[in-house]
Amino acid sequence: MATQTEETRIVEFDVRTDEMLINMGPQHPSTHGVLRLVLRTDGEIVSEVTPHIGYLHRSAEKIGENLTPRQWIPYTDRMDYLAGMNMNLGWAMTVEKLMQLELPEKARHLRVIICELGRIASHLVGMGAYGLDLGTFSPFLYAFREREKILDLFEMVCGARLTYSYLTVGGATADLPPGWIEKCEAFLTELEPIIWEYHTLLTTNSIFVKRTGGIGVMSPEMAIDYGCSGPVLRGSGVDHDLRRDGEEYYTQMYDGYAFEVIVEKEGHYPKDHTYPAVPRDAVLGDCWHRFYVRMLEVIQSIDLIRQGFDRYSTATGDYGVPVKLAQKLPKGEVYLETEAPRGQMGFYLVSDGGSIPWRARARSSCFCNLSVTPELCRGVLLADVPAVVGSLDIVMGEIDR
Amino acid sequence: MSENKFLAGLKQQFGEKITGGNLDALDPWVEVAAEAIVEVGRFLRDDPKLKFDYLNCISAVDYFHTDEKKAAKAGWEPHLEVVYHLFSMSFKHSLVMKVLLPRWQNDAEPQLPEMPSVAEVWSTADWHEREVYDLMGIRFAGHPNLRRILCPEDWVGYPLRKDYEMPLEYHGIRGR
Repeated sequence: MATQTEETRIVEFDVRTDEMLINMGPQHPSTHGVLRLVLRTDGEIVSEVTPHIGYLHRSAEKIGENLTPRQWIPYTDRMDYLAGMNMNLGWAMTVEKLMQLELPEKARHLRVIICELGRIASHLVGMGAYGLDLGTFSPFLYAFREREKILDLFEMVCGARLTYSYLTVGGATADLPPGWIEKCEAFLTELEPIIWEYHTLLTTNSIFVKRTGGIGVMSPEMAIDYGCSGPVLRGSGVDHDLRRDGEEYYTQMYDGYAFEVIVEKEGHYPKDHTYPAVPRDAVLGDCWHRFYVRMLEVIQSIDLIRQGFDRYSTATGDYGVPVKLAQKLPKGEVYLETEAPRGQMGFYLVSDGGSIPWRARARSSCFCNLSVTPELCRGVLLADVPAVVGSLDIVMGEIDR
Repeated sequence: MSENKFLAGLKQQFGEKITGGNLDALDPWVEVAAEAIVEVGRFLRDDPKLKFDYLNCISAVDYFHTDEKKAAKAGWEPHLEVVYHLFSMSFKHSLVMKVLLPRWQNDAEPQLPEMPSVAEVWSTADWHEREVYDLMGIRFAGHPNLRRILCPEDWVGYPLRKDYEMPLEYHGIRGR
């Protein structure tokens, strides 16, 4: 590469750079688990990225063909281990859809509360870990301080802090313990102002904006073509949220809840809350917007949980209907996608009429989200690769299953 | 759009390439001949009334009983099924496409069955087809980069097949 300039202050130079292959991972701290990226670089510019996955492959789908649906619930926890509750819900609802099970009102609102709380916990990790990717340590500690309190709340309902297996086929394994709602309410009141602290730490931090604004821009067409979902899809300006647009069997869970899909429409985000302004450097579809959508979803989830409290305390019925561990499934096949924090988590279940599924398939949202990296990282600087991969907020446990 | 009209219209357009369907199932599905999958897929994506521009998932199911007694009662011949779940971002409706394949090409055991790739229609299919190839052993003709994705590249066998047997040893690591 030769640069020629007439200005005498800049020394003319002629540096030839060779292509170099750089191996990033699988034990690289900024690749979120065991992801290996092979980068073809020319100096500082990355010309090609090849992701290699599968280091965490545990044959979850094969195991699912040998267990009853309720027995497989703990395996769904271990897919997206940062949002176990939402994964439990996805599989439980798929089985319920096949059985055409009607759940009592109370179970429905309990699920909304628990899932939205799970979403907050997951987005907090997403936020903190993204800060780590970009070289700042403190947001991570702040995020874990709050996440710890959510884990305490989850421990109260089911005794586990990471792999819950709490929501199950037919509802939940137990009711919310007495006094839990008050504790949760107190936590939400405490969390709300802290979100603004996060905004000053990262969202509006000028170094952060410089590192993420205009980097890894994804057009809405590309996001749809690659099957992206969740905040990655909405960060590109596609107005799609399964909680509103999904199958009726799933959206009826959110019946009567008032919420707006977090997406930039006509140049602005939903106006039901006050948010920090979008900086000038940010372009729709870049890393910053993906991050921003996540942050706004935290506020939205707080709102949804509050709505859930009122409905839960007045709802009739029980926290679930009993389903036998080896309940016989009707013959048939169903596919259901739910809105997990990282995107649309789909489960496909084929039953031959026995109690063990003929085929259990998990469609991972991160799997599709990650498949865009070769496109997004073409021509970016080497230092921006972690920024782009981090903005997709991937969890390897879910990709490799 | 009436659902039966939709199937009739599809049959009229593609004739024998639409081999069946059931629009009353929990998830309505149509069955497409393997060689026509790209053509039908492109039509479903581009038709202004359908616009199935989003491919959710490709799954493969192995219909095979290792137990002969159960196989006699099953009611189907052994085969593989590739299932495409489609969604339309504009109209928010969904459809399932199915393709039936033999378990082995020409029933000759180590020869993998082959069908055209839809990676040029939906980019999602790129990785999903690699996964199906890796775990179920189906070749996708015209795929840009058909390699194993989850298992190591020198892995032997296709783990999600019903007659798969876990290897006893892999690079000195004991299995089972």
